[in-house]
Amino acid sequence: MELTINGKARTFDRPVATVADVVRALALEGKRIAVERNGEIVPRSRYADTAVGDADHLEIVGAVGGG
Amino acid sequence: MNAPQAPSPAVTDPLIIAGRAYRSRLLVGTGKYKDFAETRAAVVASGAEIVTVAIRRTNVGQDANAPSLVDALSPSEFAYLPNTAGCYTADDAVRTLRLARELLDGHTLVKLEVLGDPHTLFPNVRETLTAAETLVKEGFQVMVYTSDDPIVARELEAIGCVAIMPLASLIGSGMGILNPWNLKLIIEAAKVPVLVDAGVGTASDAAIAMELGCSGVLMNTALAAARDPVRMARAMRLAVEAGREAFLAGRMPRKFYAASPSSPTTGLIG
Repeated sequence: MELTINGKARTFDRPVATVADVVRALALEGKRIAVERNGEIVPRSRYADTAVGDADHLEIVGAVGGG
Repeated sequence: MNAPQAPSPAVTDPLIIAGRAYRSRLLVGTGKYKDFAETRAAVVASGAEIVTVAIRRTNVGQDANAPSLVDALSPSEFAYLPNTAGCYTADDAVRTLRLARELLDGHTLVKLEVLGDPHTLFPNVRETLTAAETLVKEGFQVMVYTSDDPIVARELEAIGCVAIMPLASLIGSGMGILNPWNLKLIIEAAKVPVLVDAGVGTASDAAIAMELGCSGVLMNTALAAARDPVRMARAMRLAVEAGREAFLAGRMPRKFYAASPSSPTTGLIG
């Protein structure tokens, strides 16, 4: 399956079915992040039951230093 | 000989934003420092309780255990003020802050800034007003960066922004308070806190902003670009406190010349 994550195409060796799977595959579990799937925010509580499919666009953001 | 008494804490009047009280009237950004240790040291020295942060794409696929801002400055220790730096449209700003709210567990206090020009970083007021309307409707508490136009400030307040944050000069310029008279007009008219955001270069600039009656000052580059950011952070803390105290004390009127010396005119020898 190919997903676009933060603007870049990305394939996964192991199957990823949900946002939770993607977050785990990217080693971001437990990190302070926020996720958008196809322009809609996915609340943290819904990662496990939000399916991802081929050609989905995910944005994964965090807080960084800024003024 | 009696030692002089330790001075009492200079500032006891809290800064109230959206119903919450803060001890410090200095808000600081967290960008442009050489590393997270320096970021933390400067923020701590500044005494700031509110720190601005930017929302950016996570570096996926890189070292997930690399140090991060949230490790250096815990959101439980400091009030995070997510900003929309780098946004040039109302839509992008709103989208960024919706993500920030999710990121920060429903946190609604945000800093809105919509830029109009990458060269000057001057705000785009039209987009700022549009974004402010949407964000206020969605329950955000919006501290808004804007130009020093008193009419725009009034409109942003009418929309429901919880703090108006006019520039003193351009972002990152360190040019200081270029139009104190406009700031004064904004401060006089506003019922919400007015904070100078952008343009402060050194401690006297921060003191002048506070003496004008600003409720607070927000800065980043003035600290991060100083030769010694931690020392400048301390200087800014003192300047904001001094300026606030001077404002509350009420300065003497300016006179062309005094004709009223401070020492008695009687009892002179000879």
